[in-house]
Amino acid sequence: MLTRNRLLAGAAALVALSLGGPAIAQAPIKIGEMNSYKVFPAFLDPYKKGIELAVEEVNAAGGVLGRKIEVVSRDDNGNPGDAVRVAEELLSREGASFLIGTFPSNVGLAVADFAKQRKVLFIAAEPLTDKIVWDQGNAYTYRLRPSTYMQTAMLVPDAAKLAKKRWAIVYPNYEYGQSATAAFKKLLKEKQPDVEFVTEQAPPLGKIDAGAVAQALADAKPDAIFSSLFGPDLAKFVREGQQRGLFKGVEVFNILAGEPEYLDPLKEEAPDGWYVTGYPWADIKTPEHTKFLTAYQAKFKDYPRLGSVVGYSTVISAAEAIKKAGSLDQEKLIAAMSGLTLTTPFGVIQYRPIDHQSTMGAYVGRLGVKDGKGIMKEWRFVDGKDALPSDAEVQKMRPKN
Amino acid sequence: MSNAVLLVEGLHKAFGGVQAVADVSFAVSAGEMLALIGPNGAGKSTCFNMLNGQLKPDAGVVRFEGRDIVGLRPRAIWRLGVGRTFQITATFASLSVRENVQMALYSHAGRLRSLLTRFGTAFRTDADALLNQVGMLDQADRTCGVLAYGDLKRVELAIALANQPRLLLMDEPTAGMAPKERVALMELTASLARARNIAVLFTEHDMDVVFSQADRIIVLDRGELIAGGTPEEVRNNPDVRAVYLGSVH
Amino acid sequence: MTFSSILIQLLNGLAAASSLFLVSAGLSLIFGVTRIVNFAHGSLYMLGLYGAYTLIELLGRTPLGFWSAVVLSALAVGLVGVLIELLVLRRIYRAPELFQLLATFAIVLVIKDIALFAWGAEDLVGPRAPGLSNAVEIMGKRVPAYDLLLIAIGPVVLAAIWLLLTRTRWGALVRAATQDREMVGALGVDQAKLFTSVFFVGAVLAGLGGALQIPREPANLELDLAVIADAFVVTVVGGLGSIGGAFLAAVIIGVAKAFCIGIGTVTWFGVEISFSKLTLVVEFLIMALVLVVRPYGLLGRPQAAQRVAAEPAPPFTVPSWSFALVWLALLLVVPWVADRYTAILLTDIVCFALFAVSLHFIMGPAGMVSFGHAAYFGIGAYAAGLLLKRAGLPMEAALLIAPLVAGAFAIVYGWFCVRLSGVYLAMLTLAFAQISWSIVFQWDSVTGGSNGVFGVWPSAWLADKTVYYYLALGLCGAGVALLWRVMFSPFGFVLRAGRDSPLRAEAIGIDLRRFQWAAFVLAGALAGLAGAVYAFSKGSISPSTISIAQSTDGLVMVLLGGVETLTGPVVGAAIFTWLRDVVARNTEFWRAVIGLVILLIVLLFPQGLVGGLKALAMRWREGRA
Repeated sequence: MLTRNRLLAGAAALVALSLGGPAIAQAPIKIGEMNSYKVFPAFLDPYKKGIELAVEEVNAAGGVLGRKIEVVSRDDNGNPGDAVRVAEELLSREGASFLIGTFPSNVGLAVADFAKQRKVLFIAAEPLTDKIVWDQGNAYTYRLRPSTYMQTAMLVPDAAKLAKKRWAIVYPNYEYGQSATAAFKKLLKEKQPDVEFVTEQAPPLGKIDAGAVAQALADAKPDAIFSSLFGPDLAKFVREGQQRGLFKGVEVFNILAGEPEYLDPLKEEAPDGWYVTGYPWADIKTPEHTKFLTAYQAKFKDYPRLGSVVGYSTVISAAEAIKKAGSLDQEKLIAAMSGLTLTTPFGVIQYRPIDHQSTMGAYVGRLGVKDGKGIMKEWRFVDGKDALPSDAEVQKMRPKN
Repeated sequence: MSNAVLLVEGLHKAFGGVQAVADVSFAVSAGEMLALIGPNGAGKSTCFNMLNGQLKPDAGVVRFEGRDIVGLRPRAIWRLGVGRTFQITATFASLSVRENVQMALYSHAGRLRSLLTRFGTAFRTDADALLNQVGMLDQADRTCGVLAYGDLKRVELAIALANQPRLLLMDEPTAGMAPKERVALMELTASLARARNIAVLFTEHDMDVVFSQADRIIVLDRGELIAGGTPEEVRNNPDVRAVYLGSVH
Repeated sequence: MTFSSILIQLLNGLAAASSLFLVSAGLSLIFGVTRIVNFAHGSLYMLGLYGAYTLIELLGRTPLGFWSAVVLSALAVGLVGVLIELLVLRRIYRAPELFQLLATFAIVLVIKDIALFAWGAEDLVGPRAPGLSNAVEIMGKRVPAYDLLLIAIGPVVLAAIWLLLTRTRWGALVRAATQDREMVGALGVDQAKLFTSVFFVGAVLAGLGGALQIPREPANLELDLAVIADAFVVTVVGGLGSIGGAFLAAVIIGVAKAFCIGIGTVTWFGVEISFSKLTLVVEFLIMALVLVVRPYGLLGRPQAAQRVAAEPAPPFTVPSWSFALVWLALLLVVPWVADRYTAILLTDIVCFALFAVSLHFIMGPAGMVSFGHAAYFGIGAYAAGLLLKRAGLPMEAALLIAPLVAGAFAIVYGWFCVRLSGVYLAMLTLAFAQISWSIVFQWDSVTGGSNGVFGVWPSAWLADKTVYYYLALGLCGAGVALLWRVMFSPFGFVLRAGRDSPLRAEAIGIDLRRFQWAAFVLAGALAGLAGAVYAFSKGSISPSTISIAQSTDGLVMVLLGGVETLTGPVVGAAIFTWLRDVVARNTEFWRAVIGLVILLIVLLFPQGLVGGLKALAMRWREGRA
């Protein structure tokens, strides 16, 4: 391997000499990225495109610290053990300066813990788990996406406004679903003390018996339903629920269901009137988003999904952090990340010094159908910073170190 | 009958209302070759399996050297000093001939539980002596899985002798062998049994073998003993003739 | 639950049972006749869904279009089954038992990537069945009309298979082959044709089971593995080769799940029990229960003697000291000449090597195949992590106690498992692994639930990756050496003897089960050691260490290297881990590439890599002599 690296270095030097420019004379800054590409391809294919777009833009603008950036991607197979290994490979063999990426919570948390041990910056792109910045938070880990708690909190005001008394809950049986449920129950109870949770269904992820679950929920005669299902589970639940009349006269709240990744497969069956968090990409007219959308469509001849925005914004965050740090020194990078402010397609976000969570927000609205496709209507943007608990609460959760 | 090694009294077994073995009694003495014969379905195998512990009789007593062995597992009966061969040979196919015999010797000596010693270092000469007796020493290093059927029968005999049994139970010992080999194997068995004073009970289809090798013969038909005695007596017994429909030579 | 809810949940259960039955019936047929554990059966089901989706789009959303699409898709999947049989499995029928499982595992990987390439990553929600998109009102509750149709289809297909098996010559052959494979050869039947036809029928059933689901389930890439586990469970609970048993088992499992959901959360004596969460594992609980009570499933019969390999397993050769020392020296030197990452990759490899050797120990010499060996690997990992984090033990102590914990679990699980044999035994090990997995997955307060345990790092003196590698090499190497040593001891020979002939073992006074049980415990403890070493090398533990995927990896490693050689599992572990590291890094469709590489190895070396290379070396030597 030594020889290969030396060869590469030699080749790079030759190229630099022939071009002569001092700016390009240095090898690119490598950013190590890992994700469960083969396990969650529906989300991560667009995510990868987002990364490519961001890398292209950053480099077109002259790179950072006078060098180009390069994202080296690895598949972690959705397995924390593999993720830690490829993380190590990215750092020690590829010479990555720090780490970004990951999708499932357990992988994200494992890499976060690895980053802490290895004293390396890790920007978690996608994992939604609250623990990554709170209970298990550490100095080296930052997280971009609005967490389970935040997305849930964004829906609670609408839920409370309806003043429905009997709530049924359905969630995929793992940490994400459990956290969403716990957060929803806690937050709604605070706003509406007389609320009653009449039944809870926790089907295994990807293996919902949708007919039986829909029937069990209907039997409980709820006024409203809170769901955190997504993917095939969501599609099956929607269809069975509609056929069995579960949603008639019942308000449904479903975090994530407005994300194109999960909404688009439903096509004309997208359930009308559901309250969701998501990404109405076609209707967002802010300059930041329009710029992103135009560039994305020009490059890929496809529309962006939420994953595209996450991938794009993660790389922009990484580039901005390097710029602000002015160096690749880990401690300087960490310091730069704290309070780092940048512009994403969703507007300006900040990585909060208090818990390393970014204030990236999400779009909250209701589902509808237009031209045989599911859309979000009556949507509004909720800034992430408005969906977070008080500083005192955060400090209580986050370990001191 | 005081010197009987195996004493069977009033053995009964029924399968779902069908009497397979009814009130069978007999005895085998040390050094004696007793043949159990009868047409197909007469209950020979059922009878055998009740003696070796594979089946539990509905009623009756099986005494080995005076001890009731009904209800004991096959392995416990073996430990008392009963050797067995099977109708279809059962050997350890991936082990060598010598190792097959050594396995029985190790087991007899209670030395199989060792985790860290090397198998095969002990009882080598004992195994070779047994193999020599059955004429298999020259093939001791071959894997059992590649042996000819007749040779496997010999290996089984060697294994059966490994725990210095006082009783040998041989279910169809020559099944599947060429006629010539059959007589040779049973001659060998008989000579070993006599030399070691072992009681042998065997079932057999080949009447040449039975009448040339057995000291005594008992005849089973439809679960019941219909005759018993010396080969001469049995040969002349009209009931036996009737059962075999003149098929007896 | 009110009476009407009970009735409706019963209907839901029956509807779910229908597709499950179709898939399982196909699996059961294939296994019965060919003795192949077809891991790719779930992939055929998945293809059935994708095929139906595409064909409906082509033929139109009319009743005619819909039903033609369903039938055509099933037939097309049948042809895929035939292709698999002709191109791959036919060439390896004479390979050692279970080797075909490796091939079908590779096919799973290939089909998954083909599906991703052909249909894309997005879930494909099919149309509702034209003419049956409404719900029927039953006791004031609405039940989809299509569900009622599905409920009817199950028994209809059961009857059709029954007629096929009892009224045709083909059926008679299938039944004969299921009972005694050797006999069919003796009857002068063209065995190859029979196998191909059985594969076709089995695959059609899987494809039909999938295609019929298109109005109920989006076509997606996770279906293959989700379905295969359930199908195995149904097949085994029903009794291998028994179609009626498969139907019964599918109904029991379908209905049990529906009722778990219907009952929801109940409070008994102040304890809240969520039956809804039980759906995660209920089929495995049923399987464990059934197998403990009925060792051959509900309607199964004791398996006829397993297919014998062409030749008896050759005796292992003892690795020579010089061979061992050269390798040890190489492994010791590596960190000095290679980069830091090599030591990390090697740490993974030595952990998996011990894991694979411990699996091989019970699988090869003892003849007890385990589909759930990850249980002990994972329990070892969790024990290490929890002893460190929750009990506050020093890392070194946790590392050494962890194997004992894994061994303790093996004492309990093994006691039940050694009472069974063959695939039933394998499936019971899987049941125990899944039950362990679900407990770990749900018990948030202790095990960290689906996230796992974090901060499981070694003591300071072991923090350096090279130092830790030496520790891993030392411990895992010692474990491997111990198991190898035991294989040549009287104890190890008893295991081999018992595998060859349990009858003879019993007849020479050997209490085989006790030996098998002890072997199970020893293998479990050493898998636990591998897990503990692995845990500290990663710093975190997640339920995936106990998952089916982890168990499958172990099987693949053992089979890849070769069951019938001593060093095979080690080589298999090294190659498989290395392959994944390299291929996953450099190719987009890395799964298919790994699948193809495995297929290539399977076809070139039907004895496994080490076995094949040995044979080659021997031929070469003979050629020169």
